[in-house]
Amino acid sequence: MSRKISYKDAINEALSQEMERDGSVIVLGLDVSGGSGSEGQKSDAWGGVLGVTKGLSLKYPDRIIDTPISESSYLGAAVGAAACGMRPVVELMFIDFLGVCFDQMMNQAAKFRYMFGGKAVTPVTMRTMYGGGFRAAAQHSQVLYNVPTHIPGLKVVVPSTPYDAKGLLIQSIRDNDPVVFMEHKALYAMKGEVPEESYTIPFGQANVVREGKDVTIVAIGRMVHTAGQAAASLAKAGKECEIIDPRTISPIDWDTILKSVEKTGRLVVVDEANPRCSMACDISAKVAQDAFKALKAPIRMVTAPHTPPPFSGALEDLFIPSAAKIEAAVKAIL
Amino acid sequence: MAELKKEDLLKAYRTMREIRDFEERLHKEFATGKIPGFVHLYAGEEAVATGVCMHLNDEDRVASTHRGHGHCIAKGVDILGMMAEIYGKKTGSCGGKGGSMHIADLDKGMLGANGIVGAGGPLACGAALAAKFKGKGGVAVVFFGDGASNQGTILESMNLANIWNLPVIFLAENNGYAESTGVKYNVPTPNIADRAAGFNMPGVTVNGNDFFAVYEAAGEAIKRAREGGGPTLLECKTNRFYGHFEGDAMTYKAPGEVKQQREECDSLKIFAAKATASGLVTAAELEAIDKEVAALIDEAVEKAVAAPNPTEADLLTDVYVSY
Repeated sequence: MSRKISYKDAINEALSQEMERDGSVIVLGLDVSGGSGSEGQKSDAWGGVLGVTKGLSLKYPDRIIDTPISESSYLGAAVGAAACGMRPVVELMFIDFLGVCFDQMMNQAAKFRYMFGGKAVTPVTMRTMYGGGFRAAAQHSQVLYNVPTHIPGLKVVVPSTPYDAKGLLIQSIRDNDPVVFMEHKALYAMKGEVPEESYTIPFGQANVVREGKDVTIVAIGRMVHTAGQAAASLAKAGKECEIIDPRTISPIDWDTILKSVEKTGRLVVVDEANPRCSMACDISAKVAQDAFKALKAPIRMVTAPHTPPPFSGALEDLFIPSAAKIEAAVKAIL
Repeated sequence: MAELKKEDLLKAYRTMREIRDFEERLHKEFATGKIPGFVHLYAGEEAVATGVCMHLNDEDRVASTHRGHGHCIAKGVDILGMMAEIYGKKTGSCGGKGGSMHIADLDKGMLGANGIVGAGGPLACGAALAAKFKGKGGVAVVFFGDGASNQGTILESMNLANIWNLPVIFLAENNGYAESTGVKYNVPTPNIADRAAGFNMPGVTVNGNDFFAVYEAAGEAIKRAREGGGPTLLECKTNRFYGHFEGDAMTYKAPGEVKQQREECDSLKIFAAKATASGLVTAAELEAIDKEVAALIDEAVEKAVAAPNPTEADLLTDVYVSY
């Protein structure tokens, strides 16, 4: 049965159901329980810094494991445990902290299978928070999903809705490869229809969020909703946008994107990340290479500028791609 | 030596001889230009890997270093597969996709040699965490050098292992040099094991060229870990007979330094003297092992040279379990 719950609760439910189903699923991270070793509440004091894992330590006290602020050691411990038969879900609080622990993701988890000749299985899910809108400034707002996407051996999942968050997280935990699961902090409160029962969404299957014939908009994560606002506004002027949410960017569903562009002849890519070496560039290049003849106009990319995320709300609102900017990009090529 | 039986002594000697001959032969073959890539030899340090791994079974995990051949052999990885891997052949332990710095055999509990200095600490903590969940007394050992002793990953892992009471042994192989830089420059305490106090765990320093000293200290640490007593930092002071990598002229070592170490600190010589003096094994039995191992290494090189290369189809496989 389906009911409306938040993106945050959908993630919590996915974790809970997988922990119930499979005793090898453990959750590690800073404050995932909270209160360990404290004088006050002994467990579940926080349930994650934004409460995403709230309540789980009461249900699975031995498998929700608080860590010291030592991302390299605990992310690497999750990778090592995965290579030894566990199915860990490790939380890197903010993707920005990748800077202190990238080796364990990039050189260890991602490489084991290939460099050990196909013998290693490393089923680790690395959950992490990304994105702007919280006035959290340059070191807590970045959109770095393109970084793990560049690394062969990693899978990268970027859910935009509560439904996708639950189904893709369950798939991530069951998947036998290392997965980076990207959660937009501004989506946690968003509500949507989510089935109570367990389900999976396969990787590499894009979602056509909105059908249209005039222009294809590929949007990632939170930008799916911003693109939706732009499309609604453009629809009033009689312009039909087709919005594609790739849902996973490694692997990525090129077929759905290419087919859409072949239909519409126009492409706008909306990516909250910085523009250089980005998913916007990646998707644009692929379409330019494989669907060039279908294009009736230049491809447009709507991205953050090539600056760190600013602090001031006056600046951050200009930094994050807006519906108005997407609308302008569409109008420029129609 | 009391608990070691004759077959244990012969097994230990065979392992140490295999490591020594494997490395000495690689040194010779590398000079001919037939071996690709970066090769870091373990010769001189045999007593460490052997003294530790004699206590381990296939369920126990080892995280190794870029100087990993000795750990692999001591953990039971097939020598023919290792040699073929170092030659980059399809028949290698990793199908020619890993090479000297990435030999692994998960079925033997070898989590891999590792090209990133200090990266094994977190991985060993994870292996130990998995062992703790399994509850069958499994342990994990992370080998790391005096150079890696300064990596944050190792220090973070010592902290993590202690707060989680993990069955991990932090095995510092102090050969005196982080690449070319001396340990006295890099480490401010007399012993690396002194750092154990900062993590509230036992820290022990032994002569890493003496198999029996390593065996005894590792045995205590591993027993404690198996029984739920948590991690230990065990430092083995040893020597490497070759450069940091093959091709390193060792301009940083004193004249005669290696020669003197080979004469006075050779782990095989020390072992042979003590083992024969015990009366449990004879010099003739050790010589017989020498001959068998020499033949094995000959076979490994011959087969590796003759083995096929991986093909273009192999380039794209083994990136993911599912695509």
